[in-house]
Amino acid sequence: MFTFAVKRLALALLVALTVSLISFFLVRLSSDVAAAIAGPSATAADIEAIRHHYGFDRPLPVQYLDWLGHTLRGDFGDSLYFRKPVLGLVVERMPVTMTLGAVSILFAIALGVPLGVVAALRPNSWIDRLALAVSVIGQAMPSFWFGLLLILYLGVTLRLLPISGSDTWRHFVMPAITLGYYATPAIMRLTRSGMLEALSADYIRTARAKGLRYGKVVGKHALRNAIIPVVALTAVQLGFVLGGSVVVETIFALNGMGYLAYQSIVQNDFPVVQAIVLTLSAFYIVLTLAADLLNAWLDPRLRAVSGA
Amino acid sequence: MSASVVDPLAVNAIARLRRRIFGHAGFSFGAAVLAIVALMAILAPLLSPWDPYDQDLSRRLIPPIWHAHGTAAHLLGTDGLGRDYLSRLLYGARISLLIGLSTMAISGLIGGTLGVLAGYFGGGIDMAVSFLLTVRLSLPVILVALAAVALVHGSLLVVILVLGFLLWDRFLVVMRSTTQQIRRLDYVAAAEAVGASTLRILASEVLPNALNNLIVVATLEMANAILLEAALSFLGLGVQPPLPSWGLMLSEAKPFMFFSPWLITIPGIMLFLLVLAINLLGDGVRDLTAPEGRG
Repeated sequence: MFTFAVKRLALALLVALTVSLISFFLVRLSSDVAAAIAGPSATAADIEAIRHHYGFDRPLPVQYLDWLGHTLRGDFGDSLYFRKPVLGLVVERMPVTMTLGAVSILFAIALGVPLGVVAALRPNSWIDRLALAVSVIGQAMPSFWFGLLLILYLGVTLRLLPISGSDTWRHFVMPAITLGYYATPAIMRLTRSGMLEALSADYIRTARAKGLRYGKVVGKHALRNAIIPVVALTAVQLGFVLGGSVVVETIFALNGMGYLAYQSIVQNDFPVVQAIVLTLSAFYIVLTLAADLLNAWLDPRLRAVSGA
Repeated sequence: MSASVVDPLAVNAIARLRRRIFGHAGFSFGAAVLAIVALMAILAPLLSPWDPYDQDLSRRLIPPIWHAHGTAAHLLGTDGLGRDYLSRLLYGARISLLIGLSTMAISGLIGGTLGVLAGYFGGGIDMAVSFLLTVRLSLPVILVALAAVALVHGSLLVVILVLGFLLWDRFLVVMRSTTQQIRRLDYVAAAEAVGASTLRILASEVLPNALNNLIVVATLEMANAILLEAALSFLGLGVQPPLPSWGLMLSEAKPFMFFSPWLITIPGIMLFLLVLAINLLGDGVRDLTAPEGRG
């Protein structure tokens, strides 16, 4: 287990380093960063001065190492738009995005797991078909359109919920449903197929033959085995949900990292964009690392395969 | 299905295949809707009653025909600039299909090549490719696509290229594992033994056997690309006005959505139906080629 964990951790660090390289060079895709900072009214001399001030006239590898050094110390530079340190801006908005991510995932689990279990218990019944419909619709629904429909019908027609802002818990309901529904199909499908597999296993027949009650067999034996891969998937889905926050927070004007990322992209505020790409990637890397370690701990067979 | 193979009535293979395909509701529905959207796209110039770019501010925000104030001249009404909504919707089908197919081709080429290389040669190449995959999966797709498209300024071509270079992960995973499985089979060893070149083995033994899985992933990624383009365009950072992308139509409709909700519902339903159809088609291909069941 220890060797596996060390190897997996080394991989995560290497991935994080590569992601930092990508997010550094991503903003260099823009024709001229200095011109972007200077704005449309700047003269050539202004742009030259800015280029020198920010060190853009140095070789790229030097710039990258310099930037990486600062980043590792938590210094993401200053926002070009807000004229404030990027770190503070991002940290300020993190709780909103984290709350949204957590509530969305809870919604997806609350909908996906029971539906998957019941669908597996009664294959080809009406509830299995309902579960299939929920997942097929969820996969095809453009999340931003779903968000707009919720605003239109729950927010405006029925006046049940506020349609924009992030002041109270009620502001989180519609965004969380939008994002959570997007994460539901994968969780539902994996729960269903895991349960189907577990229910047909020999130990279930043994448990039944022993005379254990059906409910106890399902809950204690089958579900416990089927849920392991779902836990890992949920961690990965949380990563996707945080990424999806860009679209959903923008629609609902929820003042989190995603909305900040969108505003920064529109305003060409590249230090903020870089910081948020890095933060979201870091979350994903940590989540998948945790999921892999959890899986390996719960299921020793995986260690033997991947750790070899 | 093995029962029908020994069917004493000896139904011929084509009839059996036809019955299986048309008996699969999801596949039939998906194929029908996709065919309709493809026809909309191809025949857009013939079907469109108006020029999709023609603005007429005296005719703005006319509701669709089923509303009390609708008019037969504009079956689906007009948008905030007085452009005929049906015409824009028809031309929009072109953009969605173009994005879906081109992105699928680019990402399929990248992911497929990497997957086959990793699966066939294994070892160091496999490790390098797997690392690339892990890095790609760690990047938040929507955010990176938004940033990349915005930095080089959005256009149809840029959106296609950016999405094509981001959505190859599932192609890689499927081609890698399929190639690994086929690599171990006897006929590949036999081909090697008779001196067939690696390229030839890949083209004539591996690729045809991976085709079914490839089609399933291709439909998934095509649907994914269409949804992402719509999201990018909706946020104003994808396809640029005045092109009638469905995502852009939704974005332009947003200020009017409370008083003219059909502007939101119509392109949204089209987008939903198209993606649903592509997904069902993919699921159908999977079910029909592997009849052991869904799950």
